[in-house]
Amino acid sequence: MDMILPLLETGIITAGTSLWLALLLGAAFGFLLEQGGMGNALKISGQFYFRDLSVLKIMFSAIVTTALGLFWFARVGWLNYDLIYLLPTFIWPQVIGGAIFGAGFIIGGLCPGTSCVAAASGRIDGLVLLIGMFAGIFLFNELFALFAGFYHSSSLGQVALPEFLGISHSLVLLILVITALAIFRVAERIEQRTLQA
Amino acid sequence: MARIRPYMNPYLAGVGIGVVLLLSFLLVGRGLGATGAYSAVLATSVAGIAPQHVIDRPEYTAFLGDTKKPLLNDWLVIEMAGVLIGALLSALWAGRFKVKLEYGPQSTGAMRLLTAFSGGMLMGIGAKLARGCTSGQGLTGGAMLSLGSWLFIVSAFGLAYLLAPLLRKQWI
Repeated sequence: MDMILPLLETGIITAGTSLWLALLLGAAFGFLLEQGGMGNALKISGQFYFRDLSVLKIMFSAIVTTALGLFWFARVGWLNYDLIYLLPTFIWPQVIGGAIFGAGFIIGGLCPGTSCVAAASGRIDGLVLLIGMFAGIFLFNELFALFAGFYHSSSLGQVALPEFLGISHSLVLLILVITALAIFRVAERIEQRTLQA
Repeated sequence: MARIRPYMNPYLAGVGIGVVLLLSFLLVGRGLGATGAYSAVLATSVAGIAPQHVIDRPEYTAFLGDTKKPLLNDWLVIEMAGVLIGALLSALWAGRFKVKLEYGPQSTGAMRLLTAFSGGMLMGIGAKLARGCTSGQGLTGGAMLSLGSWLFIVSAFGLAYLLAPLLRKQWI
């Protein structure tokens, strides 16, 4: 098999088809998030009180699955990895943006994607959080001129962990898998202890 | 009273989401995201209401499509429409669909409205500054091993854990 993936970039499917795939992939994503309990703010916030560690389990299982899949599809020569856009790194905007986001996360109990899941399953708090999101983005856009300098600062371009750490892609994946397994083990122990208490 | 099905095993849900994300990369060459869709909906609305307001402002124009129906041609907007449909189907199938406010036993409905709105607002600002949220940076960027995405993940979860004791009464 030739290097035919990603199908859109190699011209095998059209942009129109990709929009139908967006609907299907989104529906599968939403279905699985709801199935995993990620439409429930109480379950998500339980994460931060060591009561229910589903968020970490779901996130790390997903990241490891995708990262390993990408690696192997590229390794066997079916996927042109270079055609997938790597998000650029802006150190301080991403650290500070992450911190502001984290504060909003523990206050709101849902994240931007899961608020949609909560709203779709009838949760009014999900809908209100979504409205808050729009207000926040609007505020950001309106005040953008004030911190445009900061927004573009500490730019490193497209940097992935293997390049940044100076080690091979496969070694980073090995570390990722070991870290995920360690997190799962600790998560199970913590939940066990909470159950007994 | 319909039976409410239990939640799926989190590892199974996680691997499932990982497969969906992988398929997204393999088929369309991009990952999943949420905040970009909201930015597009907001930019299109603002441009519709006050076209003069968005001129020469990339923070808006970057999220405006160049077609006649920008939102229907925006990949992330369609993907998020899919999320709504999928989540609704799942909630209905599992018997979990219910119109209600979700809050901790020591909190109140009014307080929950306030935390939902203000939390959403902070996440809107944070996600814009970081160029993505738990979906775009966390899952998509995380799986691509982007340095900035991992900085975002550690910073976001780190601060949430740090502030959690202050918000204990809202949740447990």
